[in-house]
Amino acid sequence: MSETATAADEADPHAADLAIATTGLTKRFGHQIAVNAIDLAVPRGSVFGFLGPNGSGKTTTIRVLLGLAAATSGNARLLGNDVPTELAEALPRVGALIEGPAFYPFLSGADNLRRLDSADARADPATRDARVARALDRVGLTHAARKRARAYSLGMKQRLGIAAALLTPRDLLVLDEPTNGLDPQGTREVRSLIRAVAAEGTTVFVSSHLLAEVEQICTHAAVMHVGSLVAQGSLDDLRGTGARVVRVETPDGDRTVAEFARLGLDAAQAGPALRPRAGEVVVEAPLPDDGPAAEDLVAALVAAGVRVRGFDVARPSLEDRFVALTGEGFDVAR
Amino acid sequence: MPADSDTARARTHGGALLASELRVLFRRWRTWAMLAALASIPVLMAVVVRLSSEPPGPGEGPPFLDQVTNNGMFVAITALVLTTPLFLPLTVAVVSGDTIAGEASLGTLRYLLVAPAGRVRLLLVKYLSTVAFCLAASGTVLLTGWVIGAVLFGTGEATLLSGDTIGVGDAVVRSLLVGAHVTICMLGLAAVGLFISTLTDAGVGAMAAVAVLTIVAQVLGQLDQLAWLHPWLFTHHWLAFADLLREPVVWTSFTENALLQAGYVAFFGALAHGRFGTKDVLS
Ligand SMILES: Nc1ncnc2c1ncn2[C@@H]1O[C@H](COP(=O)(O)OP(=O)(O)O)[C@@H](O)[C@H]1O
Ligand SMILES: [Mg+2]
Repeated sequence: MSETATAADEADPHAADLAIATTGLTKRFGHQIAVNAIDLAVPRGSVFGFLGPNGSGKTTTIRVLLGLAAATSGNARLLGNDVPTELAEALPRVGALIEGPAFYPFLSGADNLRRLDSADARADPATRDARVARALDRVGLTHAARKRARAYSLGMKQRLGIAAALLTPRDLLVLDEPTNGLDPQGTREVRSLIRAVAAEGTTVFVSSHLLAEVEQICTHAAVMHVGSLVAQGSLDDLRGTGARVVRVETPDGDRTVAEFARLGLDAAQAGPALRPRAGEVVVEAPLPDDGPAAEDLVAALVAAGVRVRGFDVARPSLEDRFVALTGEGFDVAR
Repeated sequence: MPADSDTARARTHGGALLASELRVLFRRWRTWAMLAALASIPVLMAVVVRLSSEPPGPGEGPPFLDQVTNNGMFVAITALVLTTPLFLPLTVAVVSGDTIAGEASLGTLRYLLVAPAGRVRLLLVKYLSTVAFCLAASGTVLLTGWVIGAVLFGTGEATLLSGDTIGVGDAVVRSLLVGAHVTICMLGLAAVGLFISTLTDAGVGAMAAVAVLTIVAQVLGQLDQLAWLHPWLFTHHWLAFADLLREPVVWTSFTENALLQAGYVAFFGALAHGRFGTKDVLS
């Protein structure tokens, strides 16, 4: 084990700091490429948002990382162990929720957890009941422990699935769409659970097609788009790579565009959908970091006779970045 | 290196999954329904014979039915003979076909594998639990046969095929032998079922396929044109327990069957391992 770790360290000095590291990881289903040569780097201790629209390859990537499916090509390491050859070493330290929870409907919630716990040969049977009780308590299901899983609501099943992922102390928690099917209250609970787990030092790798649901808890993120990784890094990095944008609300659209052009800005009127009030338009222009100061822009516009009714300079939101990267919005409303 | 102590600990708790598997199997309503249905066969048979006005003559009805009235222990043997061609293998088809495919269709397979159960370990546990079911199934028929036989017909002397007369103790031993033979007969089928179960994510489909295979094998066994094939069919010795009811016992077909079933277990066990060891679990 130590030899392979050293070899990995030589190949990539940061490999030891990564909970998940892939190079050129690819998975094909027949002719279809579900995951296309992705290089994931998930730092230890991070809460890593794995984002992308439905069908972009998130679940498939997770299946390959956990050894459920074989990669077509490329390499992956999980907690420093090669996938799939050394996976047995890593998996006891990984908790996972993969494409929704799944249970034996005829067993109680607690018995379902006992079953999964006994599947892990390293879990001591003597302390099994204590582990199960603790996991149920963490997700607030103690009262439903003896209820058959078929009688659980969708939200309870989701929480039972998370309880199963938390049976033993984990170094890595992989949660695939953990807020699917949850109401806003349930979503908040999952978020605070993730925060608590992360505070204990566990790396959390959480996938979602809903940016808004994970944005607040992530330290890092990666964005998938039709099987390819189109961006990854810390949230600040991801936000920062977008240039600032200046936005003006005014009835004098053409005059604003002309004035911005004179100042060297590449301005354009936004479409009618963004019109704030009747007779007004929004003019947007990328603002380079070495461009004119905001107050000078306002002064120039006013001097040119533009009726400025709204003015704003901002970095694009993550949402804007993702729309730009993936060419489609996340269903924020859902 | 902590890995060493981990491996040592892993060895200690490796059996926990088998215990859990048996608990799950015998906590299912379905399992008990099948065992109850199996138990009803000797009961039905004994009651019908008891209520009929004239006792069955020699060679009438299922084998040894005429002996039932002399010695209740033969109820168990006759019931085993009755259930072996269809009913018993049907229940084994349900349990063995469900092993992997059932977990896949529930979605629990992916969670067992990341637990991590280990693919080889899971396959082994699934096979052993099917064997446990085979034992429970033939044991159920035996036990209910003994009880209902003793109640309705008492425990007198019975005549063997060789003409010798045996008492209760010997009859119990003979029915145990037949029970062992029937259980062994199911082991090959269980391995075939395990393999088929690794091919699909639909539990019901796997069960149906195993059941159909059982019937096809028995139909092929009836065709004289395929005589060369017969010794290789897993159903070939299914009804070959007559030799166990002679004095002295002739062991030829018992051992031939045991060897054949062992061959099926090895072959289909290897196929199941080859398939499941590398299969993408996408359910
Ligand atoms: N079992 C499968 N067989 C064939 N194609 C699949 C299978 N599972 C997923 N795919 C395809 O792989 C792509 C990625 O799917 P998935 O990883 O589930 O995306 P996500 O989790 O991001 O929604 C999709 O185009 C999907 O149709
Ligand atoms: Mg998915």
